[in-house]
Amino acid sequence: MPGGNILEVRNVVSGYVPTLPILNGVSLDVKVGEIVTLLGPNGAGKSTLIKAIAGILKVWSGTAHFLGRDLTKFETHDLVREGLGYVPQTENVFAKLSVEENLEIGCLVNRKEYPRQRERIFELFPDLARQRSLAAGKLSGGQRQMLAVGRALMANPKLLMLDEPSAGLSPKLAQVVFSQLLKVRDAGVTILMVEQNARAALQISDRGYILAEGREHLQGDAASLLDNPEVGELFLGAKSRLAKTGLGAKSHLAKTGPGKS
Amino acid sequence: MMQFVLNGLVLASTIALGAVGLSMTYNILRFANFAHGEVIAIGAYFSLAVVTLIGAGVGSIGPIAFGWPLLVSLPISIFVTSMIILLVDALVFRQLRNKNATRITLIMAAFGLSLMGRSLITLFAGGDPKYYEFSIRKVFELFPGAKIGPDELAVMGIAASAFIGLYFYLSRTIMGKSMRAVAENPVLARINGIDTRQVIRWTWIIGTAFATVGGTFLGHIEQLRPEMGFDLLLLMFAALILGGAGNLYGTVLGAILVGLIDSMSVAIGLSAYRAAVVFMVIMLILLVRPQGLLGEKA
Repeated sequence: MPGGNILEVRNVVSGYVPTLPILNGVSLDVKVGEIVTLLGPNGAGKSTLIKAIAGILKVWSGTAHFLGRDLTKFETHDLVREGLGYVPQTENVFAKLSVEENLEIGCLVNRKEYPRQRERIFELFPDLARQRSLAAGKLSGGQRQMLAVGRALMANPKLLMLDEPSAGLSPKLAQVVFSQLLKVRDAGVTILMVEQNARAALQISDRGYILAEGREHLQGDAASLLDNPEVGELFLGAKSRLAKTGLGAKSHLAKTGPGKS
Repeated sequence: MMQFVLNGLVLASTIALGAVGLSMTYNILRFANFAHGEVIAIGAYFSLAVVTLIGAGVGSIGPIAFGWPLLVSLPISIFVTSMIILLVDALVFRQLRNKNATRITLIMAAFGLSLMGRSLITLFAGGDPKYYEFSIRKVFELFPGAKIGPDELAVMGIAASAFIGLYFYLSRTIMGKSMRAVAENPVLARINGIDTRQVIRWTWIIGTAFATVGGTFLGHIEQLRPEMGFDLLLLMFAALILGGAGNLYGTVLGAILVGLIDSMSVAIGLSAYRAAVVFMVIMLILLVRPQGLLGEKA
C-alpha cells in the first residue's frame, strides 16, 4: 500500500507510573517509505511514545495500529515477527554476546535467512564484519550503534523505530549513521526516529513531529520545520534562524538547545 | 596432598552440579533461589524411587558400583522433578513475577518452599538416611598415595562432561544464546522476539536437570537425607559468589575452589572448622576482588 499509513497512533495516553501519564493523547501517522522524526523538549514523551508503540509500556487509552492491526493486542516479542523493529537509545546491543551472536538474535524470527541477512548487514556496515567475533561491549560507540541498527534490520522490519540513533556520537559519526539510515530507507524500510540532533535528522527526514507535554505540538514536512522560526529557536539553535533571516545578533535562545531525555 | 585434591574435586563436582541451577535462576530470574537445595534432594529421591522399582543392586558397570538402574533413573527423575519445578514456578514464582514482586519477596517464597520441600520428603520417604545400594566399594591408587573409588571417578567424569555439554549448549544453540541474551537484557531480548517465558521454562529445566544429577550422585557417594540439598546450599552460594554472581563459568570455578579449600582444611587438621576455613578464604578473596573471580565490576 504505497503512500498508505504504516503506523497510526490516535490519542494515546501512557506513562511509567500509574496516575502520572507522560503521553496525554498523542496522535501520529507514518506513511510507507517515509522517514519521520520526533522532536521535542525533555520530558515531551518522545521515547515514551516509541516504547508504548513497541509494547514495552502499556497503552492506557487510545489506539495504535500497525499495518491496520491493533498493536496493543500484541506482546512485545511478537512485534518483530509482524515487521516492527526497534532500536532503544541505550543498552541496545547485548554487550556480552559477540557481534555475530547479536545479529543472530536479531534474526531469531527468520532463522533460515540468517547467513544471507548477516552478509547484507556486513555489506552495509563493513566495520562490523571486521569485528564479527568481538564482544559487542568492546565496540566503539559508533560501531555499537551500527550493530544496534544492523541487529534490528536482521528481521527485515517494515518499520524501524530508532531512539536517538546519533546520541553520544561525534557529528561526523552521526552523519555516517544518518546516511546509512537513508540507505536503509531506500532499501524499503520505513523509519520513525526520535532525535535531539534536529537539524541533521530533519535533513534526511520527509516529515517531523514536535511533541510537547505528551501531545503533538507541531507537524509538517521536514523542510517547513527547518524553516519554522519556532523550531529554529527550540531545536536548531537560534543562530541558524538568525542567519537565515539576516539578523546576526547573538541570542539567549541558543541556550535552550536540546538536552538529554 | 594429592589425596585431598581428589577428595576436593569430588566434592566440587556435586557443588558445581548443584550450583549451575542456582546461578541460572540468579542470572535469568534475578533472585537467589533458596529452595534449590530441595530441588537437589527431590531429584535424588525420585532417582531412588526408580532404582527401587527396578530393584536395588541390579546390574553394575564394570568396577563401578552404581549400575544401569541409576543411569536409567536419571532421565526419569529429571523429567518428573522438572515438571514439579515448572508447576511450582507456575503456581508461585510466575504469580509473583506478574505482580512485580521484589527480590526479597521471591527469596522469602523460596524459603517457604524449601521448608515445605524438606517436610514433604520426610513425610513420604522418612527422615532416616537412604541408600541406592549397599555394596562395599573398592578404591584404587590413582596417583602414588592418592586413592579414589571408581564411582567417584565416574561422578567427576560425568560432571565434567555435563559442563562441557552446557558450554556448547550456551554458546552454540539458539536457546542457549537466547538465555544469555535474557540474562543480560530482558527488554532488548523481547524486542528481538525472544519469548522470555520460554527461556524461563528452559532455565528451570536445565537447572533442575543438573541438580538432579548432582543430588543423585551425592546420594550415591554419601547418602540420601531430606536435608542433603539444604546442607549443600551454603557451599553452592559460596561458589556462586566466589566465582562472580552472574557468570556461570565463574560458578563452576568457584565450586572447584570451594571443594578444594574444604578438603585442604581437613588436610591441615582443621576438619572440625572446615566450613569456617572455606568462608574465611572466600572473605579474603572477596576483599581483594569484591566482584568475584570472573565477575564484572558493577
